[in-house]
Amino acid sequence: MTLMKSLMGAAAAVALTAGAAMAEPALIFDLGGKFDKSFNEAAHNGASRWAEETGGTYREIEMQSEAQREQALRRFAEAGSNPIITMGFGMADPLAAVAADYPDTTFVVVDVTWLDAPNLRQVGFAEHEGSYLVGMMAAMASKTGTVGFIGGMDVPLIRHFGCGYAQGAKAVNPDINVVANMTGTTPAAWNDPVKGSELTKAQISQGADVVYAAAGGTGVGVLQTAADEGILSIGVDSNQNHLHPGQVLTSMLKRVDVAVYDAMSAGDDVETGVFVMGLAQDGVGVAMDENNAELVTDDMKAAVDKARQDIIDGNVKVVSYYENDSCPALQF
Amino acid sequence: MEKMPKWADVVLIPLISLLLATILSAIVILAIGEDPIEAVNLMVTGALGSTYGWGYTLYYATNFIFTGLAVAVAFHARLFNIGGEGQAMLGGLGVAIVCLSVPWPHWTIALLAACGASMLFGAAWAAIPAYLQAKRGSHIVITTIMFNFIAAALLNYMLVNVMKPSGSQDPATARFPEAVHLPSFQSLFSTADNVVFRGAPVNITFFIAILACFAVWALIWRTRLGYEIRAYGFSETGAVYAGISPVRITIIAMLISGALAGMMAINNVMGEAERLVLNSTENAGFIGIAVALMGRSHPFGVFLAALLFGFLYQGGAELALWTQIPRDLIVIVQGLVILFTGALDNMVRAPLEKLFISLRKEAK
Repeated sequence: MTLMKSLMGAAAAVALTAGAAMAEPALIFDLGGKFDKSFNEAAHNGASRWAEETGGTYREIEMQSEAQREQALRRFAEAGSNPIITMGFGMADPLAAVAADYPDTTFVVVDVTWLDAPNLRQVGFAEHEGSYLVGMMAAMASKTGTVGFIGGMDVPLIRHFGCGYAQGAKAVNPDINVVANMTGTTPAAWNDPVKGSELTKAQISQGADVVYAAAGGTGVGVLQTAADEGILSIGVDSNQNHLHPGQVLTSMLKRVDVAVYDAMSAGDDVETGVFVMGLAQDGVGVAMDENNAELVTDDMKAAVDKARQDIIDGNVKVVSYYENDSCPALQF
Repeated sequence: MEKMPKWADVVLIPLISLLLATILSAIVILAIGEDPIEAVNLMVTGALGSTYGWGYTLYYATNFIFTGLAVAVAFHARLFNIGGEGQAMLGGLGVAIVCLSVPWPHWTIALLAACGASMLFGAAWAAIPAYLQAKRGSHIVITTIMFNFIAAALLNYMLVNVMKPSGSQDPATARFPEAVHLPSFQSLFSTADNVVFRGAPVNITFFIAILACFAVWALIWRTRLGYEIRAYGFSETGAVYAGISPVRITIIAMLISGALAGMMAINNVMGEAERLVLNSTENAGFIGIAVALMGRSHPFGVFLAALLFGFLYQGGAELALWTQIPRDLIVIVQGLVILFTGALDNMVRAPLEKLFISLRKEAK
């Protein structure tokens, strides 16, 4: 935490005048907070890596309330921060209102791809494609013919994960049973490992022997219980294979850290536009390392590599939950 | 006979509690290696040093006035309504339905309708726990807190499955049409060459909150119903002896309480976000408990306490923006204020009472 040790001037007013000359990037975390073991933490990791490698400094804030979103955007923009990197779909609406007022500032937003502004870099991830691949692996590893999905908060984004996963599992075994549960309906669902553990046990009792957690900090409880009960689990966002070596089948990588690192490295003249990071761009993928080497059979590897190439080439199409707010392979 | 003068009870005790909380917070800030004087300076200039800062402080305060009044009214009937959070969520649902389903010609009419809808939805959400308490004896604390979770689940269902524009990835309703946007302080008070409250979310709802303070004061101290509510709160058996129906008072007090909590949605949903998002209430329902405790359940006290918490919220945001002080510390500061003004009230009160009694003896 030595990134910006000194207080930025005696008051905000001082910071406002001093800030104009610095043009350091700013990072706005979503409500989950910087250390959510998932999405925001990945952004933090990307930013820290940039700071370590370049010796640069950046401002950051963790959101506490919805009203702060626009406030933080405006304050950082007025203080001369550039680019301003924001996390999560909750920033879409505030950005739509704010971006036009600061044409000289470039805004970067992760998980948003539908806005229209010239000074905006929108980075989306094809989570359904990555989830499809781990779904295939889950179905191949399952002996009971039942695999589980544990989501965090019940929002479209998480259904999007689950939908890709179910399609992948069914591509391998059309008769497979996919059990899906959401942890909750409040933001607390992102950080409830105890409930994650209970849901895992419930899914095991329904026959699941591989569970995929797309639930932020809740996933820690899912992976732990899966390891304790002797079944396989699948991590999410960052490579979580090391948490329980030999017991985590794989992790669905979503390289938020790379998106943040790239934006910070490019600095003021970061390219604007819409960027969807799919399998082809290595924005999403499956984690293969020494921790899961003995779990991944050659068949699995071959099937995943083939599917990956098929998706990139367009021979296989993974249906996105967003297309018509429903999933062909899974009922929520 | 009074142990100490009224001014000491109303002004001195909260001030001393606040001072104690500030000192403890300063120690915590020192302990993590930051300068507490700088931090206070930043909070004060950030929250009160400009019309922009005031704009946020008053916006938060408006939320807390409504939820604080809601808790206060229930307190007078000795009912602990901790369901303000859920009632405010439902109020937001009512506002969103009203704003989106009817093509309103002008915001004034929409405001009236939205007020009605928010009160109705908030009151309806309080009605079930009220009924269960009055008729079945299920404790209101348990039922209202459970209803917060049910409200969150209901809101989630409505936003994700029903009210979300199709194709949107954000679980929120569409933006309300231009005609129902409430005037902000910026549009009300800015002149051509002097823009004040720039970008701040405070809006005309602030005045409605002040009206609500007067209305609650008049209700509690100037009407027969208010007298009955207070009488019931002081002594249930006494109230029954006087012919006051406990069932009726419990239900009416909770309905008023729920309606007030629901009205918060006018501010945060219609006034600020102009759409309904999942996380619209952001614990204002719980802050309302602290506000009512600190304000001694009196509307004027609630008003002042809401301003204080508005200041803490906005000042805390400025701290988070410009320093490395983590946001959890701001929660600690807020928690200390709640602890000292609410839970540890007697720690300050008892010695102060002794002091006043001994002073009085000396004077004789």
